[in-house]
Amino acid sequence: MTQKSEKRKDIHTVSMLVANKPGVLVRCAQVFARRGFNIDALVVSASVNPKFSRMTITASGDPGTLEQIVKQTSKLIDVIHCSEHTRTDSVDREYALIKVKSGSSAQKAAIRKLLKGRAHVMDESSGAIIIGQTGTTEELDSFEGSLKKFGIVEMVRSGKLVMAKGKEPT
Amino acid sequence: MSTTKPAQPKKQLTGAEALIKCLENFGVEYIWGLSGGAAIPIFDALVGSKIKLILVRHEQGATHIADGYARATGKPGVVLVTSGPGATNTVTGIMTAHMDSVPMIVLTGQTISPMLGKDAFQESDIFGITMPVVKHSYLVRNTNDIPRIIKEAFHITNTGRPGPVLIDLPKDVTSAPFTGNSLNPPMDLPGYTFPGKGRLSDIKKIAKLFDGSKRPLLLVGHGAVLSRAGDAIKKLAYKLQSPVTNTLLGKGEFPETDPLSLGMLGMHGTAYANKALTRCDLICSIGSRWDDRINGNPQKFCIGAKKIHIDIDPAEIGKILLPDASCIGDARLIVEELLKYVKPCDTKDWLKELNGYRRQYPLKFASTGKLTAQYVLHELQEIIQGNAIVVTDVGQHQMWSAQFNLSTKGQRWLSSGGAGTMGFGFPAAIGAQFGRPNDLVVAVVGDGGFQMTFAELSTVYNSKLPVKVLIIDNKYLGMVRQWQELFFDNRLSGVDLEGNPDFIKLAEAYRIKGVHIDKVEDCRAKLKEAIEHKGPVVIHAEVIKEDNVFPMIPAGKSAYEMIIEPPGKDKKLEKPTGST
Repeated sequence: MTQKSEKRKDIHTVSMLVANKPGVLVRCAQVFARRGFNIDALVVSASVNPKFSRMTITASGDPGTLEQIVKQTSKLIDVIHCSEHTRTDSVDREYALIKVKSGSSAQKAAIRKLLKGRAHVMDESSGAIIIGQTGTTEELDSFEGSLKKFGIVEMVRSGKLVMAKGKEPT
Repeated sequence: MSTTKPAQPKKQLTGAEALIKCLENFGVEYIWGLSGGAAIPIFDALVGSKIKLILVRHEQGATHIADGYARATGKPGVVLVTSGPGATNTVTGIMTAHMDSVPMIVLTGQTISPMLGKDAFQESDIFGITMPVVKHSYLVRNTNDIPRIIKEAFHITNTGRPGPVLIDLPKDVTSAPFTGNSLNPPMDLPGYTFPGKGRLSDIKKIAKLFDGSKRPLLLVGHGAVLSRAGDAIKKLAYKLQSPVTNTLLGKGEFPETDPLSLGMLGMHGTAYANKALTRCDLICSIGSRWDDRINGNPQKFCIGAKKIHIDIDPAEIGKILLPDASCIGDARLIVEELLKYVKPCDTKDWLKELNGYRRQYPLKFASTGKLTAQYVLHELQEIIQGNAIVVTDVGQHQMWSAQFNLSTKGQRWLSSGGAGTMGFGFPAAIGAQFGRPNDLVVAVVGDGGFQMTFAELSTVYNSKLPVKVLIIDNKYLGMVRQWQELFFDNRLSGVDLEGNPDFIKLAEAYRIKGVHIDKVEDCRAKLKEAIEHKGPVVIHAEVIKEDNVFPMIPAGKSAYEMIIEPPGKDKKLEKPTGST
């Protein structure tokens, strides 16, 4: 699923405003799948208008094909708007929950030291700490890297949220 | 849409009755279908309706009939089937319509809503199954949504780039009372727009590219037929003095008998049309999608020529090749506007050159005294003289028919192009005859494809349709046999149609006249007698078994690599890299 930052070159973020009804996600996902694009992350959520949902898809593949995917997706009757976003025209954030082994008290202290000012502990049960962190995709990748030495048990990431800058609709 | 004066239903309608009322209001003349449990409320509502219900023998037949009706009239065809296998049997027909941009509405019965997703008897997720092959689809959850959904379906299916719309109707939804206010409610389609006139700046840019072109070529596709752009294209061709070629589905919109017409291009197109591809300095596609039948190798397609793309579907621009100029919109409206900005091109030498190819490489076939498909189709052309709707199936007979049947008008050549669906031709001809009862309709089919959907002979009999069916019988799946002969060392595999029925007896079993042809000598007379027969006829033409379609551009190759004449028996051809 999630790839490391040096491999992220061909990753694209596509944002769509879609009708809020059953089956729309499948229609959109089919367009990506048929063109051989793997969906790396997907966020579906309410938009301001309850009739519509917002879908943000992060997917990897060749840019020429992506242009076709955006056009094909835009053609779907249930898709109101679909466009690709880049860092220059939009802001983005992602959230990660990472569970690490807590181990000895020295290790716990080391984890806490690492977290200082960057992340927060969500839960500390027997043997494991769940850490929550917000950042760009790259920041989360590097944060994940720094936790590796403590032993990551599992990780859940929200997928990228994107919003266009200025008056442009996302 | 106006809701100021809602059409108040007088008596309490069921969902199904509201549905049929809506279809009547849209002017639906026919519904082709096959009944079943989950669709009984809808069939019930058709009793006493002015819509004529035509009971087919297989749901695939219903979809191809609706397709043929739509292609011949421009009006969407309507299909009604039940859930489960009834619904899945429509998939091939829906895909065929989708590939060729044909308007069609498919109504499927469905199990009751509370049982959805629980593997109920005859439940199939037809909404999910057909998603990639429809323009749009609905699973109706509320009875009161039916009028809006029908209205949206008719709007979507036949505007912009047409395509099939499927409406899945659970039995409880069609049985429940309709309590809505109006049978003509407003549509709710915020995500659907379609282009119209095309941007003037794009049109001017296209006109500029024609300036100074010495060897222009106009390419007419199905989009031109759908928008009825023929007259405008004629004016454009004559103003520019530009030759015109057409795709398989573009046949007739610009008359193939016109001196400026080069006929069909592509894999089995005329040699002169394909030569024009290799020599033109500009090619302007009007409603074609540079499909792989005409463009096996996009890297070698009209090398050095300027490419112009006129299409109603923005997703087609740049899909196969990147044009130098493009315009998105209705072909007819764009060409009419373009006419104002183009200047005549100096094409005297170009037309002379092309006429040279025309003389050098005419379409021809061997006359050995034995009956060939080409001879039969050539004779057919002599008899009908373009005054018929010709509907074909898929295979060698389709290509020969395309070569020898010169179309002079749009909507008179119906063929499954994109999908290449065997079994399409005969039912599609039935649909064309329903839509155009006073026209001569000839189905040209192979012995293979006809056997896939011939059960609709009973539809022909029941509805007293004077369809003429010409079976070109070579006792092979001939196109595949041709490939195996040319590219696979003649290792024949899965192509021998031994055990064919006696097609005359088959026709007679359905009380339809049969005419048998197997000799050159009486071919013309028998064919003429059959075509002039008042009622339906099945003409069984037994032709030589082994014959190949030429010219041929092997799949994946460019027009530069066209094979014009049959290669020598011992000449080995490399296997094509293109798909089929």
